[in-house]
Formats: sequence, C-alpha cells, structure tokens
Amino acid sequence: MRDAFCKGMIELSASRPYVFLTGDLGFKALEPLREALGPRFINAGVAEQNMVSVAAGLAGDGQSAWVYSIAPFVYARPFEQIRNDVCMHDLDVKLVGNGGGYAYGSMGATHHALEDYGVLLALRHLRAYVPAFDEDLGAVLRGMAARPHPAYLRLGRGEKPAGAEVPAYAPWRLLLDGGGPLIVAVGPLAGALWTACAGLDLKTRPQIWAWSELPLDPAPPQALLEALKKSGVLAVVEEHVAQGGAGQALAAWLLEAGLAPKRFRHFSAQGYPSGTYGSQVFHRAESGLDPRSVLQALGVAAA
Amino acid sequence: MSIEWTALIRRAKARLLRMHFEAKIAHLGGNLSCLDALLVLHHEILRPDDVFVLSKGHSAGALYIALWSKGSLHDDQLKQFHGEGTKLAGHPASAWHPGIRFATGSLGHGLGLAAGTALSRKLSGKPGRVYCLMSDGEWQEGSVWESLIFIAHQKLDNLTVLIDMNGLQGFGSTREVASMQDLASRIRPFQVDVEELDGHDPELLAKAMGSPRPRPHFLLLNTVKGHGVSFMENRMEWHYLPLDAAAYEAALKELDA
Repeated sequence: MRDAFCKGMIELSASRPYVFLTGDLGFKALEPLREALGPRFINAGVAEQNMVSVAAGLAGDGQSAWVYSIAPFVYARPFEQIRNDVCMHDLDVKLVGNGGGYAYGSMGATHHALEDYGVLLALRHLRAYVPAFDEDLGAVLRGMAARPHPAYLRLGRGEKPAGAEVPAYAPWRLLLDGGGPLIVAVGPLAGALWTACAGLDLKTRPQIWAWSELPLDPAPPQALLEALKKSGVLAVVEEHVAQGGAGQALAAWLLEAGLAPKRFRHFSAQGYPSGTYGSQVFHRAESGLDPRSVLQALGVAAA
Repeated sequence: MSIEWTALIRRAKARLLRMHFEAKIAHLGGNLSCLDALLVLHHEILRPDDVFVLSKGHSAGALYIALWSKGSLHDDQLKQFHGEGTKLAGHPASAWHPGIRFATGSLGHGLGLAAGTALSRKLSGKPGRVYCLMSDGEWQEGSVWESLIFIAHQKLDNLTVLIDMNGLQGFGSTREVASMQDLASRIRPFQVDVEELDGHDPELLAKAMGSPRPRPHFLLLNTVKGHGVSFMENRMEWHYLPLDAAAYEAALKELDA
C-alpha cells in the first residue's frame, strides 16, 4: 500500500496542502512525494516524540500535518504526545503507520502493530482508518483530509483475489455474498478471506464484509444487519489483539441495539504463542487468523 | 512610555500570592521564579502575531497573573483558580484564552510544540515570533533534546526559548538529581545562540528578549525559586506547600518592605 499511499498523497497535495513529516522512513517508497512537496516534506529524524509535537505545533498554527513511520514508532513511542499535544487539542494531525498487524513479519515483534488502533481509539477525537486494498487509498486519504481532526491510518498489504474488481471504498463494504456465517474482517484480512471463499458454494459460503473505519460510526449498514438476522452467526476477524479491538466494539454495539447474534466468534491476534518468528502468514496462522483456520473454526468446508 | 517595573512586579506578586492563598494551592516557588520573565514578555515583547508556549505548565499561576496584569484576565476569573468548573486549571488548559494556545503540564512537550509553530511560520511566511518558557529540570526529558536537534537543524531563528534556571526540581536540586547546572555549555554546541542573564532584572530581560539573533535564541535565566519571599527562596518545599494565613501575611509584608 505504500506506493498507493505515496501516489494518493501527491494527488492530495494539489487540493489540500499539508506538511509531511517522516521519522526517517520511506526509502524506495516516498521519494516521489519528497520531490512533489519540496520544503513541506520534512525528515524529522529518528525522534518520534518531537515529530508528533512539531506536527501538533504546525496544526495549532492552521496547517494540516501528516506524520509517517513504521506503525509502532508512530503510535507507541510518542503516545503521550499524541494524547496531550494532538488529541487533547483536537488538532488536524494524521498519523500514518506502515505495517499494520504482523506485516513486518520476521523483522520481529518490535516492528509489529497488534494494538495500534485499540490504543489510539481510547483517545478523544481520533478516527482510525484500516484500508483493505491499495485501491482504497485515494478515497481514504481524501476522507481523512476532509475531516480536520486527529486520525490514524494503518497501512498493510492489499490482498484482493487475482483479477477481482474491488468495490468502491466505504467504511463498510460487502465483498462476497453468501448464505453461511457472516464474517466482518478489518483491513487486508478481508481480502484474504474473500480470496479463500470466492470459489465456494454461494448458498453455504460465508458472507464477507470489509470494515475499515473505527470507532463504530456510522452504524453497520442495514444490509449487514439483515444478513446477520438470517445467518445468526457472526465472526469478526482482525489482525489486532482482542482488547480494544473492532470485535469488542461491534459486539457491544449489537448487544446495546438488541441485535445480538446466536453465535459470536472473535478472531484476533494472539501474540507469539510459540515464541518464534516468521512471515505475516506464519503469525496469522499461529493466531488462527489465516482463512483456513477461520473457516475451519466456523465449520465451513474449504475448497 | 517606560514601564514601572518595580510597581508592576510587586502588584503581580501580591496577586499571585493571594490567588494561591485563596485556592490553597502549591507550586508557588516555580511561579515566583519565572513571574518577572513572564511579565516582561507579556508587557514588553509579545505582539499580536506572536505565540507563547508555557512548557513548564506547573507555572500556570504566573501565566494567569501575567495575563491578568495585561487586562486579559479579570479578578473574578482568578478567583476561580483551581476551583470547580474553572478554566484556570493548575496546569493550563487550551481553547479558552487566545494567550494560551496549548495545554501543557507534562514536561518535555512545549519545546516541540513551539518548534512546530515556528516551522509553520517559516513555511507559510506568516509574521510572528514564537516564545517558549521551560524549566531547568525539564531538560532531563529526552524529548527536549530531540526538539533541540530539530530546532537547530531547521534553523528556526524565529524562536526564543526562555529557561527558568531556578536550580530546584521535584525532589532535590538539579545539581543533586542530574547535574544540570552547566546547561549552557551543553546547548551551545548545537549551533544556537545561548545567553545567560539575571532572570529577575526586567531591563536585562527586555533587552535580551527583544534582541532576536540570526539563530534560534536560548536565554538561560538565572532565577531564585520563591523569589521575593525570603522564607520561600531556594526552598524545595514551596513546590508543594499551600500558604496558610500567617505565611500569606508574612509574604505580603515582605513585598511591601
């Protein structure tokens, strides 16, 4: 998604000027953006706390400020600066974390982002965006820019089925119809599940929805709630720990609305059960987040 | 028209003491050490396009008094200091007064906020200078050094940083806790302009603050915690103690002496 992000940011700069700060990251990815922005592209160095305070200072003076780094370096290291300087002041600062979930794979746990939006959504005014596909970036960036408040963007790797056409971006999107269990997946995992289920029988395969914006506002679309009534089984799948995750938010919303499904499963990141490291695919499998494990747990026969 | 500093400072100190006495609230020592600088800044230096960031948020009382002395806060507002439903919290809140842009209180944030504001003016070409008041103990925060590197590298010559070198921090002197007494020699190599001066001499303060340099400007203000009240001067406990009636009366008498 980094290339799509870079392209989208260049397009955005024409209509909504901003200052872009990177924590010394973007090699072989953000050079075109640096070229396009000139002095408004600033490498703030390996100093994320200052970078976020500077972004808040810029935003407090009327600028829109975007801050970019590997995800944990943008949400965990400078957390107090995000809390006090950005969110307490409800400033137009966008935090962009590359490598959501286990995307950095065998680079190790320090580079993973398993609790990013859960932590950040505890803060006032912030909205989190978890696009599922590269194609989403243009609309997501425009939506973020149009909302002059704190935001977090989790970038990952788009995983749409080969040759498939991605439906137009929306916070909630139906990717695949089906008469089986209802699956709501956050971010790129939605594409992985779509790929795994596309060839299954329409009557029994899961109905797959992609969810890309948190907190839960707007409410889930009526079509999703209707499908849930019929199916009675809801699974939320996210590459994020259960605590503070999308699954908890959706479960609470459904309970309050009196729409609790008969069966609810929450598939979430389990950390490092074996204490070993590998690719994103390896870690998803260890957490039971890979499509095969999810479908098996839901009693859906894989192709 | 020149400002009668002695009378202004006396009046501001008395009002600061009264505000803290009525609210039964501490932090007097660090308010008294920086009050003179804040008065000079607000009366002599700040212009409408300028921005001030109070990085040592625990000196909110001194900031409120400086704003009061300029007529932009009123007596009835000061009476709400630390009260229920107040805007005048113990550390400044934002979005209620044009002279307080950022909420502060956790140390190590203000310098980066000031740097971002100064950078904004550079990029936009908008006028105005940025001023930031820090504590000396605050320089133990790593984020401050990140900001210093950034300020020097970005050549933010539209930024003036005041450091209240009162030498005392939360649980000891800066010398005992982290040997910060020679801060000037540590900041100077970053290719910024560093000056040390008496932080209780309004004429010197006005001259130094009003003389921008071609590089980011750092003014290390040699100050006394609890300045002007003998039994508070250089006493760490006045970071924490509220004033009782007897101490309040005694302090006022000293101001009149």
